[in-house]
Amino acid sequence: MLTIVAVVDGTMITRFTPFLLFPESKEPPRVIRYLGDVLPYAIGGLLVVYALRNTDLTGPTRGIPELVALLVVVVLHLWRHSMILSIAGGTIAYMLLVQFVF
Amino acid sequence: MSNRTGLVMLRNHRAEGRRRGVVLPALRAAAPRTLPIGIGFVFLAASYGVLMATKGFSFVWPMCMALFIFTGSMEFVTVDLLLSAFNPVVAFSLAIMVGARHLFYGLAMLGRFKGLGWKRPFLIFGMCDETFVLNVAATIPDGIDRGWYYLWTTWLNQTYWVAGATLGGLIGAHLPFDTDGLGFVLTALFAVLFLDQWRGSGRPGRAAALVGVVVSVAALALFGPDRSSSPRLSS
Repeated sequence: MLTIVAVVDGTMITRFTPFLLFPESKEPPRVIRYLGDVLPYAIGGLLVVYALRNTDLTGPTRGIPELVALLVVVVLHLWRHSMILSIAGGTIAYMLLVQFVF
Repeated sequence: MSNRTGLVMLRNHRAEGRRRGVVLPALRAAAPRTLPIGIGFVFLAASYGVLMATKGFSFVWPMCMALFIFTGSMEFVTVDLLLSAFNPVVAFSLAIMVGARHLFYGLAMLGRFKGLGWKRPFLIFGMCDETFVLNVAATIPDGIDRGWYYLWTTWLNQTYWVAGATLGGLIGAHLPFDTDGLGFVLTALFAVLFLDQWRGSGRPGRAAALVGVVVSVAALALFGPDRSSSPRLSS
């Protein structure tokens, strides 16, 4: 129980600290506003890499399922601009590849 | 009744009417975008619930942990923590290290969460990776209330996660079909949002996006994916 409380506290500290450091009433310093502008893009890129971090390029699949499925996502998305379609298409492609092909 | 209180009541009444008019449209705008997360979260959280069940915990444990900790990777780590020797200090510092990225999420959301009043604490509490990326990349349609839009996204995502964890804890290891590869739904989500951000931004945004990709690939090559402490999202 205490372990869970400790984990909750630790997690919440990381989430609330920026908001406590820079409360609404004060205008945050310029560098922080700059970070607020560029970070969303950088983190967007980071999360894609993060989600693919366990892709095994040297293993038996050589990362081909991930690559193919990502291509499906990109092509579908540039073609139809439908978030649901792109995600469903990519995921189904990936599941078929890992379950039946590799 | 003085004129003044009458005026205040009238104002409150009007505010109430406006509010009723904004809550549902915001839900309708936000819900479709959360759907892929719903699918990914239910299964990912279910796998976490199953893991807890196979270690002998009742479904109440994964349900409550999903509700209060609400950061996926740390919940998987906490299973091990609960089973190893009691050490809250280690648990606390691990949670800070695993959650450190949220510091930057907060910085990015400072402006967007400005002036949202009572919704703000909940938005901050519920800001997991997926909720953050949906909210930060959202182009909120005209006439949709920003606060309610963020709130619905945050709340729906957490509900998916808690529901999945509870279900997993209840069914244990009897999953009805082969879900191998379903976790890719979250990878695809990140990729789609990245594409949207890319197309909607100018040079500085794209430069920042590239920095994000290059730096994290470099970090991955240098330090490895740390298989020991994080769950496999993409399997």
